[in-house]
Amino acid sequence: MDGNIIELVDLTKKYGSFTAVNQLNLSVRKGEIFGLLGPNGAGKSTTILMMLGLADPTSGSVTVCGIDSTSNPIEVKRRVGYLPENVGFYSNRSGFENLMFTALLNRLAGREAKQKVEKLLGWVGLSDEAGKKTGKYSRGMLQRLGLADVLIKDPEVVILDEPTLGIDPTGVREFLDLIVGLSRQEGLTVLFSSHDLHHVQQVCDRVGLFVSGKLLAEGDIETLSKKLFSKNPYVIETSISKAPSDASGFPGKEYLADRLIETLQRIDGIVSVTNRDDVFQIECSRDTTPEIARAIVEAGAGLNYLKKKEFGLDDIYYRYFDGGVNHE
Amino acid sequence: MNNQEKQIQYFFEPWLMKIKRFFLHFKVLNWLEKDDEVLHPFRVILNKEISDHVRSWRFIILIAIITLTCLGSIYTALTNMGSAVKPDDPEGTFFFLKLFTISDGTLPSFFVFISFLGPLLGISLGFDAVNSEQNNGTLSHVLAQPIYRDYLLNAKFLAALIVISVMFFALGFLVIGLGLITIGIPPTVEEFMRIVFFILLGILYVAFWLNLSILFSVLFRQPATSALSGIAVWLFFSVFYSMIVNLIIKPLTPSEFATPNQIISFEELKLNLLRIMPNQLFSEATTTLLMPSVRSLGPLTMEQVYGTIPGPLPLGQSALLVWPQVTGLIAATVLCFVLSYISFMRREIRSR
Repeated sequence: MDGNIIELVDLTKKYGSFTAVNQLNLSVRKGEIFGLLGPNGAGKSTTILMMLGLADPTSGSVTVCGIDSTSNPIEVKRRVGYLPENVGFYSNRSGFENLMFTALLNRLAGREAKQKVEKLLGWVGLSDEAGKKTGKYSRGMLQRLGLADVLIKDPEVVILDEPTLGIDPTGVREFLDLIVGLSRQEGLTVLFSSHDLHHVQQVCDRVGLFVSGKLLAEGDIETLSKKLFSKNPYVIETSISKAPSDASGFPGKEYLADRLIETLQRIDGIVSVTNRDDVFQIECSRDTTPEIARAIVEAGAGLNYLKKKEFGLDDIYYRYFDGGVNHE
Repeated sequence: MNNQEKQIQYFFEPWLMKIKRFFLHFKVLNWLEKDDEVLHPFRVILNKEISDHVRSWRFIILIAIITLTCLGSIYTALTNMGSAVKPDDPEGTFFFLKLFTISDGTLPSFFVFISFLGPLLGISLGFDAVNSEQNNGTLSHVLAQPIYRDYLLNAKFLAALIVISVMFFALGFLVIGLGLITIGIPPTVEEFMRIVFFILLGILYVAFWLNLSILFSVLFRQPATSALSGIAVWLFFSVFYSMIVNLIIKPLTPSEFATPNQIISFEELKLNLLRIMPNQLFSEATTTLLMPSVRSLGPLTMEQVYGTIPGPLPLGQSALLVWPQVTGLIAATVLCFVLSYISFMRREIRSR
C-alpha cells in the first residue's frame, strides 16, 4: 500500500456476456505519470469509471488514495480530478462561469473560488477568453479549460481520459507540457489514457498495455521492450553503398552485399541479417555495433549510416496489438 | 484616526456586529456574507438550474403563451360577469371566484386553461433534464465532483418546481389584481384562501407532469424521444383514455330495472376508472375548490340529498372532499420520481 495511490485488485467488469475488464491488477505509485495504452474498446475508460465510482465493478476492488471507490465515491472524487473523454461544458455559459460552478460544487467560498479560477485560467492561457461562452471555444481551448477545471479542487490524483484526442500537434505539445510541468512541480499523480502511443511515450514514466480488458504488460518503456523483445533485444540498421574504387562495376554491388552478409553472419552474437535495397536489418543478442562497422569497412563497401534501433512504443504497440489475437 | 474616532468605533462595533448577526440569523442580509460563505453544493446546482430556466427561450415562450391565454380567459370572464351572477345563486357570496370559472363558450375559463396548459408546461421544462446533460458531456463532468448523485436529479426537479410556483402565483395574483381593479369588490379571506389552494393544486398538477417528463429524460437518450413520449401520455389521457373507458363501460351499463345499488356501483366504477387520469383528479379537485356549492364528487342518492339546503361548503369541508384526489396526484408524482431515481442512481455514467 505504501506509495501506491491507485490499487486495482482482480478488477472485473462484465456487460452481460461481454467482459470489458478482466481480472485487472494494477498499481500506480504516488507522483508518477502513468499511461494506460490500448486500442479503442480495450476497457481503459471503463477502468477509469470504476476508479471514480461512476460504474460498479462486477468483482474485485478499486482503492484510490486508500479509499474504496465503489463504497465511498464522494471521498474519492474529493481527491481525484477527472477529465472525461470529450469533456462537456455548459455551452451557454462562459468559461469563467463554468469553472466557478465546479469550484462552488467543491465547496469553495465565493471569493476564494474566484481567485482560484482566475489563477488557473491564466495558467492554461485562457484569461483573454474567460468571458466567452464555451460554445464558441475551439477543441484545444476546451481541453485546456478542462485541465483547469480538474485542478480547481487541488487534487492528489489527476485522471485524464484520452486528453489529446482531436487536438492539433501544437496543441497536444502544449497540453502535454502542462501536464508534465504539473506533475513535476506539484508532485501530482497523473493517470493518462490514450490510444496514441507517441503522446504516452512523450510524457509517461510508466505504461500499462491494455488489450481486451487485460493488462498485458506494465513498466517503463525500457523494461517493457526488454520484456517483449527478450530474444533479440538489439536491432542494428545499416546502409552501404559501393566503394569509390569499385566504380568499374566489378565486383558488383550484389556480390558485395552477399559477401558482406556472409561475413556478418560469422560474427558471434548476430542472429539474422536481412537485406532490402542495401539497407541491412541485423538482429543480434548482444551489442555488436563495432564489429559490424569493421566488417563493412573491411569488405570495401561505403558505410552510409549505422544505427542502433531503440525499441519505441511503436514497435511494442504493433507487436502486441496487431498480433493481439495470438496473445490471447 | 484620532482618539475620539477610535472610541466611537469601539463603542459601535460590537453593536454593529450584533445587528448584522441578527439579520444573518434570518438570512435577510445573506448577500453581505456571500463571498466568504460556502454554499451547499445542492444550492449551487439549484441556483444554476433556476437561472438556466429563467434565461432560456423556451421558458420565455411558455410564459408568453400562458400569460396571453390567461389574460384572454379573464377578459371573457369579466365581460360575462354581469350575466353570470344570479340573485338566487348559492355561490352568490363567492363572487370573486367566478373570475376563475366562468366563460361564455368562446374561450375556456382560467382553470380549464391551467389544466390544459399545465401538462405542456411540465413536459417542456423537464423533457431534456438529464439526457441533454448526458449528450453534452456535462453529466460525467458534474458527477465527477464530490456530490451525491441524487443532488442533480433533486435540483432539476426542485428548480423547475420553484420556477413554476413563482409563475403560477404571479399569474394567480395578477388575475386577482385585475379583478380588483375592474370589479371593485375585494375578495373575502375564504375566497383568497381558495384561490391560493387552487394555485397550489395547479403547481402539484404541473409537478406530476414535470416528474413524468424527467423520468422520460432519464430513460430515453434523445430529448426528442422523451418529449414525444411525454406528449403522447398527455394526449392519451386527455383524448383517448375517456373514450376507452366508455368502451369498457358500455357493455356493463345496468338495465333500467337494476337496483339502485347496482346503478351506484356502476357509476362508481366508471368514475374510478376515469380517476386513473391525472387530468380527472385535477379537474375534480379544482372544481370543488373554486365552486363551493359542489358537495360530492361521486353519485348521491335521493336520501342523501333530501332535505339539504343548497349552500356553499366551508373551505375545510371542500378541502376534505378533494383530499383523496390530492393524495392521488401526490402519489402519482412520487411514483414517477421514484422510478427516475431508481433508474438514475445505479446507472453507469459514460462521458458521451
